[in-house]
Amino acid sequence: MASAGIAAEPVKAGEVRVNKHKADWRGWKFMWPFAVVFVFVFIIPIVYAIYISFFKKQMIGGTKFVGLENYSRLLVDQQFWSSVGRVALFTVVQVPIMLFLAAAMALAIDSMKLHGTKFFRISTFLPYAVPAVVSTLIWGFVYGAKYGLVGSFNDFFGTNIDVLKPSVLLAAIGNINTWEFTGYNMLIFYSSLSTIPHSLYEAASIDGASEWQIVKSIKLPELKGSLAITVIFSIIGSFQLFNEPSILQNMVPGNAITTYYTPNMYAYNLSFSGNQSNYAAALAIVMAVITMAIAYAVQLNSMKEQMK
Amino acid sequence: MSAATSARLTEAELRAQEKAARRAERERQKRIARDEAAERKRSEKAGFANVNNPRRSTLMTILCAIFAVYCLFPFVYLAINATKTQADFTSTFGLGFGKTFALWDNIVTVFTYQNGIFGRWLVNTLIYVVVGAGGATLLAIMGGYALAKFRFPGRKAVFAVIIGSISVPGIALAVPQFLLFAKLGLTNTPWAMIIPSLISPFGLYLMWIFSEQAVPTELLEAARVDGASEFRTFWTISLPLLAPGIVTTALFTIVATWNNYFLPLIMLKDADWYPLTIGLNQWKDQASTAGGQAIQNLVITGSLITIIPLVIAFLCLQKYWQSGLAAGAVKE
Repeated sequence: MASAGIAAEPVKAGEVRVNKHKADWRGWKFMWPFAVVFVFVFIIPIVYAIYISFFKKQMIGGTKFVGLENYSRLLVDQQFWSSVGRVALFTVVQVPIMLFLAAAMALAIDSMKLHGTKFFRISTFLPYAVPAVVSTLIWGFVYGAKYGLVGSFNDFFGTNIDVLKPSVLLAAIGNINTWEFTGYNMLIFYSSLSTIPHSLYEAASIDGASEWQIVKSIKLPELKGSLAITVIFSIIGSFQLFNEPSILQNMVPGNAITTYYTPNMYAYNLSFSGNQSNYAAALAIVMAVITMAIAYAVQLNSMKEQMK
Repeated sequence: MSAATSARLTEAELRAQEKAARRAERERQKRIARDEAAERKRSEKAGFANVNNPRRSTLMTILCAIFAVYCLFPFVYLAINATKTQADFTSTFGLGFGKTFALWDNIVTVFTYQNGIFGRWLVNTLIYVVVGAGGATLLAIMGGYALAKFRFPGRKAVFAVIIGSISVPGIALAVPQFLLFAKLGLTNTPWAMIIPSLISPFGLYLMWIFSEQAVPTELLEAARVDGASEFRTFWTISLPLLAPGIVTTALFTIVATWNNYFLPLIMLKDADWYPLTIGLNQWKDQASTAGGQAIQNLVITGSLITIIPLVIAFLCLQKYWQSGLAAGAVKE
């Protein structure tokens, strides 16, 4: 067996060299399982969504081709645009706060100046392991004015704080998201900081650089690369806001969280309780386009560079 | 016979040596820690700190401690309130214990309420995690390995499509996925939960970067020259080298599947197939339906039981996911 292998070997090696310019299909032996499932759960549904968005269900006559009618209806749909505005506001406020906290924590942990570095690293990251349902439940109970912590606070100090009233509700949701994802972003920042060779710091300190100069000239530029990834994931995440508001929905008094609070909730309610899946498909596609456009505009290009 | 004995002997010897080496390493670590502490003290006196071993800052520690409290207090809240009865929950202070310590009663009730449906949800979640996240990890390993180590036709297209797919909102997929799965008769079956869980673009990205660094191409070439098939090379040479990356990817796919709320929400109507997340939410909603009995104590205890396995996994596997992620970040 072994001798046969050796005998066949030189021919094989020769072949590889000759075929260098021919297509090398071996990679597909490993790629195909992912590719097949990916086509089934990503590509086909997207194509299908585009297809059904050109149709409309009618009381009489079943489903009918309507062209771009769903899209033109969407353009003037007040509820849709109010939900887009809400997540846009959410993104503009929550994402910078969260990423700032994450970067600050990453820099602090990386500086090795803390007592108990390990403890801070794990405690900041731990919320990521909690399902959105559970974190929303906990915060929802904490927020409760009746028997939550906020309620106890009001009883004790005689105040009348209500973090679930409509005007501050979005901030309350933002707090839940910040709690959930700061650690995850911190870890991405921290990982990129930990790849800086220590000899660089030594060289800098021998040259007389102050600690602040080291942070400014070595660490912050390093963070920029991972900032692209975190910004994109955070924008995509907050444009898809769904879990937290929909779970909070009946923990909040009154109708503060409407069925069209976020685009995702609107699409969900349209297709599963409103029986308008064609319109919901059009909505989903428009949201996908908006999200991708923003993600690309912000930094997807720099991420692409990074992944080359 | 004698050869076997000597082999066993060397094995025992080896083990002894290994033990001794480990002990020496532990002692070395201790010595280093001692030296570092001494140096810190010295540098404090001399007013000089070096970069590798800077002075600890109390102010920074306090600032970070405030943030750590913010991160950890919901866990404390959950743990404390899991020990209360429903009456105590609504009447006593949220961060103090109730009149009765009802943790064990609560746990028993969680598992017996509605004929023990919580146990069923737990088993469902485990099935989804093992098959879904396990499969996702396997596909990500193979795909990432292919992207890193082969230049096959369509590689660039795969890359572009996956980058694009990351930014497609979940809902854009979920609605048509649901309609498609409904046509195939897959909704309300475990497959509706498992099949979409099999794809993890983030996992693929991690494994790709990791394979590029951890598996030397020369090693693969050598194996090929020796006549090993591609799969043999993959199993015997590449997989062991990829272990830390695999643990990281597995952890992230497990979290994604264990915590998934949206997918089961639309795909599953039958409570017998619910994962924990949907089940807990249903219990929470029970309080607000007409005539529904409020069971917040069970919701809270159930939540605690839901997060414990993941928290333990993250604590135990710290070493792996941190090194795995760091490798992912090396890529420039």
